[in-house]
Amino acid sequence: MGRKLLLQHINAPGINTLDGYRQTGGYAAVEKALKTLSPDDVVEEVKKSGLRGRGGAGFPTGMKWSFLAKPEGVPRYLVCNADESEPGTFKDRYLMTKIPHLLIEGMIVASYALGANTSYIYVRGEMMPQIRILEKAIAEAKNAGFLGKNILGTGYDLELYVQPGGGAYICGEETALLESLEGKRGNPRIKPPFPAIAGLYGCPTVVNNVESIAAVVPIINEGGDEYAKIGIGRSTGTKLISASGNINKPGVYEIELGVPVEEFIYSDEYCGGIANGKRLKAVVAGGSSVPILPANLILKTINNESRLMSYESLSDGGFATGSMMGSGGFIVFDEDQCIVRNTWNFARFYHHESCGQCSPCREGTGWMEKVLHRLEYGHGKMSDMDLLVDVSKKIEGNTICPLGDAAAWPVASAIRHFRDEFEWHVTNAAEATTRNYGLANYADPLPKVEKTEA
Amino acid sequence: MKVTIDGITVDVEPGTSILNAARQIGGDIVPPAMCYYSKLEGSGGKCRTCLVKVSKGSEKDPRPMPKLVASCRTTVMDGMEVQNITSPEVIEARKGVVEMLLINHPLDCPVCDQAGECHLQDLGYEHGAAKTRYEFDRRTFEKIDIGDKIQLHMTRCILCYRCVFTADQITNTRLHGILNRGDHSEISTYIQKAVDNDFSGNVIDVCPVGALTDKTFRFKNRVWFTKPVEAHRDCDKCCGKVTLWYKGEDVIRVTGRKDVYGEVEEFICNTCRFDKKKTADWTIEGPRKVSHKSVISANHYETMKPLPVVKTNPLLQEANKEQFERETRL
Repeated sequence: MGRKLLLQHINAPGINTLDGYRQTGGYAAVEKALKTLSPDDVVEEVKKSGLRGRGGAGFPTGMKWSFLAKPEGVPRYLVCNADESEPGTFKDRYLMTKIPHLLIEGMIVASYALGANTSYIYVRGEMMPQIRILEKAIAEAKNAGFLGKNILGTGYDLELYVQPGGGAYICGEETALLESLEGKRGNPRIKPPFPAIAGLYGCPTVVNNVESIAAVVPIINEGGDEYAKIGIGRSTGTKLISASGNINKPGVYEIELGVPVEEFIYSDEYCGGIANGKRLKAVVAGGSSVPILPANLILKTINNESRLMSYESLSDGGFATGSMMGSGGFIVFDEDQCIVRNTWNFARFYHHESCGQCSPCREGTGWMEKVLHRLEYGHGKMSDMDLLVDVSKKIEGNTICPLGDAAAWPVASAIRHFRDEFEWHVTNAAEATTRNYGLANYADPLPKVEKTEA
Repeated sequence: MKVTIDGITVDVEPGTSILNAARQIGGDIVPPAMCYYSKLEGSGGKCRTCLVKVSKGSEKDPRPMPKLVASCRTTVMDGMEVQNITSPEVIEARKGVVEMLLINHPLDCPVCDQAGECHLQDLGYEHGAAKTRYEFDRRTFEKIDIGDKIQLHMTRCILCYRCVFTADQITNTRLHGILNRGDHSEISTYIQKAVDNDFSGNVIDVCPVGALTDKTFRFKNRVWFTKPVEAHRDCDKCCGKVTLWYKGEDVIRVTGRKDVYGEVEEFICNTCRFDKKKTADWTIEGPRKVSHKSVISANHYETMKPLPVVKTNPLLQEANKEQFERETRL
């Protein structure tokens, strides 16, 4: 049984209220940080913990905080990115619904560390219930003296606001989020300048994912060094994984980083195996934008080592044979799922969500979607696969924000690993509309010969 | 600050963008720019045609930049080394961007008023492929009327945002903007308003393609059959320095004076642009110098370099010049 830090008291009665949360030791981190630690100490603890951003990129949070510019007389802001819209990821919503006070406590500690007196939680517009929950929780915290002027008599002031977004995926990109928060069209800004220098209203800003901010609470409670002991290598601590797809027990799981993927899928503690006695075909390990991997490559790395749920191990093998941790949206496909259809579905999503600011992404996502639609409905050509790879290459890396990359990777990786299935959709077009390609050789043991030759 | 672009070193002011440093050098190494407009603050970075490779970040930090960067929005560092046309990667990426820009463009150049002075046409000619790989219907929009002076062809738009910045920064009211998202984004006014104020006509000049064209010039003539002439008048609203485009003895169009990168030197008002179309309204300065590479210079002027096999005839040129001056002086 792995250690749980965030979801430890998830089933405690009344955990969503201030009283219930206090009974499980809630707001201890606020008292500890504000009364005994200086802001720099808090940043130092987070640095020591090795906490990496849980939103997808995996950038060390402590380092991000220490980059924040601190000019005199200019306010600084902390913005919590709760615009969780990645297909396959639903951990933040779960956290905010069940334990809103954990996020608020994390916000207070993080704002204190950064010297922010106004902080925002930018919540995706579709999550109206969570917005209500957060607003209620903020009111409770304010009545109890954890927010507002002179918190706990320490002289530190903090106002916390919840801002609903309009429901655009692109507003999860930090600069687009800031634009949206300022009341403008949610177009990503051109970097540099980075938000740490000029963010919200041109002031230094830190944007963090919900889970990253919530993880600050156990870090302060237990100390950064203790936190760093959990996990493996540079992937420290615990991570919330949103498991979905053809598994027996879909849901949000908190894992210690370093759990083997095989254990995560098959053990009863987590996903409980593939549903209906089917076999595993493919896994998207970190939300729709990371490369998809076939069964053999997700369980073992190319060097035939067991693949672990950690930032390093999941990306082992680079783009050729690896994937990424991403935001932890773990989507499992069994042998009955069609990879072409799934790739088309992802491409359709990115086409719909592209902001339209820069040309490769605006035009390329639509193009890829149309070609994949054609393939899925039996009108494809053998040249389409190469076309898709070429288009995805022309988008990748050439856009303002990472949405272009996120749109290109799933398509490129699906063709890299499942080319047979795409070709089968062209050669057996009529059959492809009535049945699936099946498992084929995607779960076969990895060939060793290729590697030794290279 | 020293910056080296394609092996050519130039001294520039701190804070200069790579694109402007390249423009100081000039010639083939200047990256094309469809959305950047030096007179408009905040423009650039969107079209991605000006991507370049930074092979050495600076003297202090010589690491190369991991991705290609938009030269219009990246400031130079001392000792930076940039590759533009010497990098196959950049050429490849630019080709990709041009292809993307063209897949939904209607390619209706034969009936487009911008043909001949269209940046997308030039770009496609220089970097594009002869054939498209796109086999689907090009996107279309519902037509909207944005007033009696400016014609909007949304299908031709490449969403460079220049006209939005112009309306924000040159005029006091912005009535149009970008609606919708992704490849459905469109330039539009909210609930069919007319774009109309003293400087609204400048959106025509800044538009790199034929999406915003002059209704008073619409279908009047192909631009390469017209003769551009520099002229000025005393205007109480703007500088009054314009280019008149003659067809025979008639002024059929008035625009701002555009430099070699297609950027106007100064913005002009709608009175000058749309209402003063008589030679008597203007003081003629002389023929406009047009690059001999441009199709506009196909017909005339001493700046045109004749083909090497054709000998120059100074007598004839002189006679032509005299005749031109006689005709335009009136």
